[in-house]
Amino acid sequence: MTVVVRTVARVLFPVALAFGGYVIMHGHLTPGGGFQGGAVAASALALVLVAFSPARLKGKKGLFSALESLGGVAFVVLGFLGLGLTFFANVLAGAGGLFGQPVPAGPNPGELNTAGTLPLMNWAVGFKVLAGLGAVVLLFALFGGEDDR
Amino acid sequence: MIGNLPFVACMVLIALGMWTLLFKRNLVKLVIGVGLIESGVNLFLVALGYVREGVPPIYTYAPAGAPMVLPTPQALTLTSIVIGLATTALMLAFAVVIYRHKGTLDARKIRDLRG
Amino acid sequence: MSIHAPILAIAVPLLGGFAVPLLAKVHKGLRDLWALLVVLFVGACVGVVAVHVFTEGIWVYVLGGRHPQETLVSGGFPIRIMLVVDGMSAFMGIIAGFLALCAFPFALRLLPEEEGKSLALTLGLLLLAGILGMVYTGDLFNFFVFLEVTSIAACALIGFRTWSSRAPEAAFKTMLLYSLSGLFFLLGVAFLYGEYGALNLAYVAAQLRGSGVDRLALALFLAALLMKAAAAPVHFWAPDAYGEAPAAKTLLLVVNTQASLYGLWRVLFTLYGGLWDAGIGWLVVSLGLLTMVVAAFMALVQTDLGRLVAYGAVSQIGYMMLGVGVGLVTLAGRPDYGLVAVKGGVFHMLNDALTVGLLFLCVGAVEWAQGTRDLRELGGLGHGLPEVALCFLLASLALAGLPPLNGFASKILIYQGSFRLSPILAAIAVLASILLLAVYARAFQGVFLGSRVEVQNRVPAVFLLSMGALAVALVVVGLVPGFFLEGVVAPAAEALWHGRDLYLAAVLGG
Repeated sequence: MTVVVRTVARVLFPVALAFGGYVIMHGHLTPGGGFQGGAVAASALALVLVAFSPARLKGKKGLFSALESLGGVAFVVLGFLGLGLTFFANVLAGAGGLFGQPVPAGPNPGELNTAGTLPLMNWAVGFKVLAGLGAVVLLFALFGGEDDR
Repeated sequence: MIGNLPFVACMVLIALGMWTLLFKRNLVKLVIGVGLIESGVNLFLVALGYVREGVPPIYTYAPAGAPMVLPTPQALTLTSIVIGLATTALMLAFAVVIYRHKGTLDARKIRDLRG
Repeated sequence: MSIHAPILAIAVPLLGGFAVPLLAKVHKGLRDLWALLVVLFVGACVGVVAVHVFTEGIWVYVLGGRHPQETLVSGGFPIRIMLVVDGMSAFMGIIAGFLALCAFPFALRLLPEEEGKSLALTLGLLLLAGILGMVYTGDLFNFFVFLEVTSIAACALIGFRTWSSRAPEAAFKTMLLYSLSGLFFLLGVAFLYGEYGALNLAYVAAQLRGSGVDRLALALFLAALLMKAAAAPVHFWAPDAYGEAPAAKTLLLVVNTQASLYGLWRVLFTLYGGLWDAGIGWLVVSLGLLTMVVAAFMALVQTDLGRLVAYGAVSQIGYMMLGVGVGLVTLAGRPDYGLVAVKGGVFHMLNDALTVGLLFLCVGAVEWAQGTRDLRELGGLGHGLPEVALCFLLASLALAGLPPLNGFASKILIYQGSFRLSPILAAIAVLASILLLAVYARAFQGVFLGSRVEVQNRVPAVFLLSMGALAVALVVVGLVPGFFLEGVVAPAAEALWHGRDLYLAAVLGG
């Protein structure tokens, strides 16, 4: 690709990744969440694939696969956390600690440190989607090259 | 009448998708046909949850007394979009593999399995 | 822990599936052990659920609440996702669990490491989780989600052998049908949601008025589930799919098809059981007859052993549809012979799983031994592989419905029930059975009889263990059909036949 595309990609790549992270992080407060944020972050990977040669990311397939599995495992394990009550019960909400603050009443801009297991699940799904979509995009980008297996 | 426009649009999308599936023979176009039907169904779900003059269903943002749009159809749509992404990716991957073996995407020329 | 058994049966294979690729990086043996343990655990959960449901009635499990039995929030509205396991669900769970227990040891030995064994195990576990989700859920939208989980996992398994050009073709075809079926189902759910504002199956069933929208939704559900259950006009994907997937995983595909049939029964008996119209029953009966006859004729002309067995499997779908369909036709008056037919149809689901499962494992063993499934090249394997030949013979006789094997026990009930409705139905069903007998006699003769042929690849003991388990189950069910009929089939059939009010009461109270 041309210098213009590469330069813009260099600038946009961290921006897109950060925006993806933002969407995941605020999933329990605003529209968005794990899948949307993961998809935004994966678009940053797609940008890199378009601007630069996909061959540079070829060795990362194993990493993507491991990250995807980890995301899936983390999600189900978060569900198991609730087994004292029921599966998926939100035991961390309102219990203090990480994401454990109670939700303030009335209109307010939103408190990030609330909602218990939900933000953690958003992160798990976000990583799973980022890795899964990244792997899909990478495989399609590699198709048609010299050694596309 | 104008309120029904989204429903008309989604039926048009579904009809277009069915037409594509029935009359097109290119594998990628078949995938696009499934995608069209999916968009139609998703649009239908989102349109179902719309409430006139409604505000986004975010508990801490909503002014008192304002009607909220239904959040459930949005969650359903999102789930269905995620599933659609997975099926589309899988079908395209199969199309790629078929192309590698046969050098064509024409469904009429890919007939190893019949009878 | 046992109060969480229904959700653990779904969540543990999900977790197991995601963990398989990670464990594979650590040690291959550890991964195999893990997969086996997960399947054993699922088998235990399914057993616990079944015993509880058969002795104490419907088991409702609500997710994410304070208490698993807290079905309603204030206002008497079921808002949480819930699992509702009645006799029929528990019965399907047993089938899925038992076949998975037979399939996984076979798969661990069958799949070569360099062909992505970890991936296949992951997909197999996800497919199992999806099937159990489909049969246990009490929520329409979750049924759709699990339907799609099984679609994606099943198609990835079908297209698994990417180095042959046949597998991706079968997988593409199947995926097209599966995603269309999923979207139809979702559109039906959307119609019902738009009208009643709820997704809980029991709640919607209690509200259903029979308006035009409801009928449209029913048409969409019927189209979607018949498509996925491989009923006659759209059965063409099934032989391709069953033939191309790795043999051990085909067992799970068979259960997947049956889970779609279960969905059809659930929609027709529980969701729409309140407003009845015999026309739908006749539709199911006639499509069932068409399926069994068309598939039996197609099986006659096959030259590939895998496809031949697959057409036989599709034909069995027709018997289940005939049996339960007769029940649907007579649902308004609820005569005794209707219940007999439903019992036959439900019993046949179990027998079909056992016999067709065994046949596919035999196909896998033959392919393992000789490297081909072409009937024109095979022959004389009976000398080298007597155990496989015996299993194949047993399974084919059972499938054709000869006494004293299990297929006879269920088919005789279907014949009895449908004969009372109309003798023509029973006559066609018997005719299709005779055709199938001819088909399997030809296959047996072509593969196992003839002059001795050198076996190229010895069949491992694990294969024989898996096949033996299915063969023993098949003979035992055939010898003491009354025990199984009373113990597991009758609760399942009665859950469909007059369990609707109990199902609704279990969720909505009162």
